[in-house]
Amino acid sequence: MSLTPEQVHRVAHLARIELSEAEAHDTLCHLNEIFALIETMQAVDTQGVEPMAHAQDVAQRLRPDRVSETDQLEQRTTFQAVAPETEAGLYLVPKVIE
Amino acid sequence: MKQWEVVIGIETHAQLSTQSKIFSGSPTAFGAVPNVQANAVDIALPGVLPVLNRAAVECAIRFGLAVDAEIAPRSVFARKNYFYPDLPKGYQISQYELPVVIGGRLAIQVAETEKVVHLTRAHLEEDAGKSLHEELGPQFRGKSGIDLNRAGTPLLEIVSEPDMRSAAEAVAYARALHALVRWIGICDGNMQEGSFRCDANVSVRPRGRTAFGTRREIKNLNSFRFMQQAIDYEVQWQIATLEEGGHIEQATVLFDPLSGETRAMRSKEDAHDYRYFPDPDLLPLVIDQPWIDRVRLQMPVLPAAKRDQLVSDYGLSAYDARILTASLDSARYYEAVVAAAGSANAKLCANWVMVDLAARLNREDYDIGQSPVSAQQLGGLIARIGDGTISNSLAKKVFDALWNGEGESADEIIARQGLQQITDQDALETLIDEVVSANPAMVTEYRAGKEKAFNALIGQAMKATRGKANPQRISELLRRKLTSTS
Repeated sequence: MSLTPEQVHRVAHLARIELSEAEAHDTLCHLNEIFALIETMQAVDTQGVEPMAHAQDVAQRLRPDRVSETDQLEQRTTFQAVAPETEAGLYLVPKVIE
Repeated sequence: MKQWEVVIGIETHAQLSTQSKIFSGSPTAFGAVPNVQANAVDIALPGVLPVLNRAAVECAIRFGLAVDAEIAPRSVFARKNYFYPDLPKGYQISQYELPVVIGGRLAIQVAETEKVVHLTRAHLEEDAGKSLHEELGPQFRGKSGIDLNRAGTPLLEIVSEPDMRSAAEAVAYARALHALVRWIGICDGNMQEGSFRCDANVSVRPRGRTAFGTRREIKNLNSFRFMQQAIDYEVQWQIATLEEGGHIEQATVLFDPLSGETRAMRSKEDAHDYRYFPDPDLLPLVIDQPWIDRVRLQMPVLPAAKRDQLVSDYGLSAYDARILTASLDSARYYEAVVAAAGSANAKLCANWVMVDLAARLNREDYDIGQSPVSAQQLGGLIARIGDGTISNSLAKKVFDALWNGEGESADEIIARQGLQQITDQDALETLIDEVVSANPAMVTEYRAGKEKAFNALIGQAMKATRGKANPQRISELLRRKLTSTS
């Protein structure tokens, strides 16, 4: 199986990555190599093997339902000091309307 | 004209009533100033890791038990990838292939018919933040504002099968689900604040066909009235489009309450491709049977079982039982009233709670949990009606006095205001003698066959007792008096 240039552009769009035609061509080659690797792995018989969700066979630890944050206004000031633009406690971003 | 069948499935986001967020220790309270409830995990600073909140999982277990579903012994969190400024990580942590609750069923009532709606699944996920586009002043320079206080709030997404066949059934399902999540204490159900929001997948097909038509999804219905209006409009629109020879394109639509119309938000061409995959930051969620058993022990009796109980224990009608079990607070209040008044008065208690108390609560815009008259006080009052101490009409006065805080108990108010019914036979007979001799004209009219005059005499007697006699008893005594001396 190999990818088409259209599929590469679609994946790039989903990832919000801008690709020139030359880059798209290179990417296509790289991705096709990865696909070849996947094909090799898919040749392995996995009948009856349960898919893994995580590399370690342990269960999720749970946290008690307690609010651990204090001084959140101060924390906000710290966080927003490195934000490009804020106003009245809000982070400002280019207008997005669907 | 063709006969069309409507097919509706509903997805509901119920915000879970936890203190802290699903993957962080930030508070979940509504209405704080922007971004003070968003810590490093919620705003997705590099290097942070999510830690799952036990209470959120427990809410999911409660829900699963309440709808008779399977609780997955092992479920997996997945990343749902999309870009939007109020989703700082660039993905939402959700569950995909292995949700925590599988299947389930919910009984709904439409008019007099009961119907079972099957559930597909329910899964845990985090909420996104909020984007503010409008109503921002000029200092915002035409940009969007992002508030991440809501980011990471625990949600249970409940997905139904496409089992509903009308807007009325869809609304009945949403109402039943709303009542249930509040009843089992996992969601406050506040629709204005977005704690309970529904999306409806609507399609139509020629009656008799088994394949589904193309569906359109109406997003973010935050009231039952809007749900009804939106589905009605959407169904009409789809049928009209098909009958004019057009075809339906799969789309997400929004309902505009002002125009009463639905309009497409995005079509399938640029629909999101979420590229789900298991979140490597989270291990599989394991729920063992002892945990499920412990949660089961803490569950309240469910609404349907409580209704059956009220019918069989107290002889209430199915209708009354349904009204009284509209919420857990209401059911508990009613049972406490009966406990105080005695189960012989159970029906009287039902009438008082559903009529007198409900009307007053409604007028003053209180929930039953905020009633100024406690269940014990109301039960005490009803006990005095039941044993004949006071008449029903005077009981309303005592109720008002209790409501206004004029006494601790019905007994106290009855004693202080001297409202006990006169039951003393001699006293009543003396009183009737007086009424008869004071109103010779009425007596003559009665004897001439005018029944109206008799009622007027009863009125005079009741007036003389200031309403404190049983009208039935007065009528008997008066009739006997007039007959014996004729």
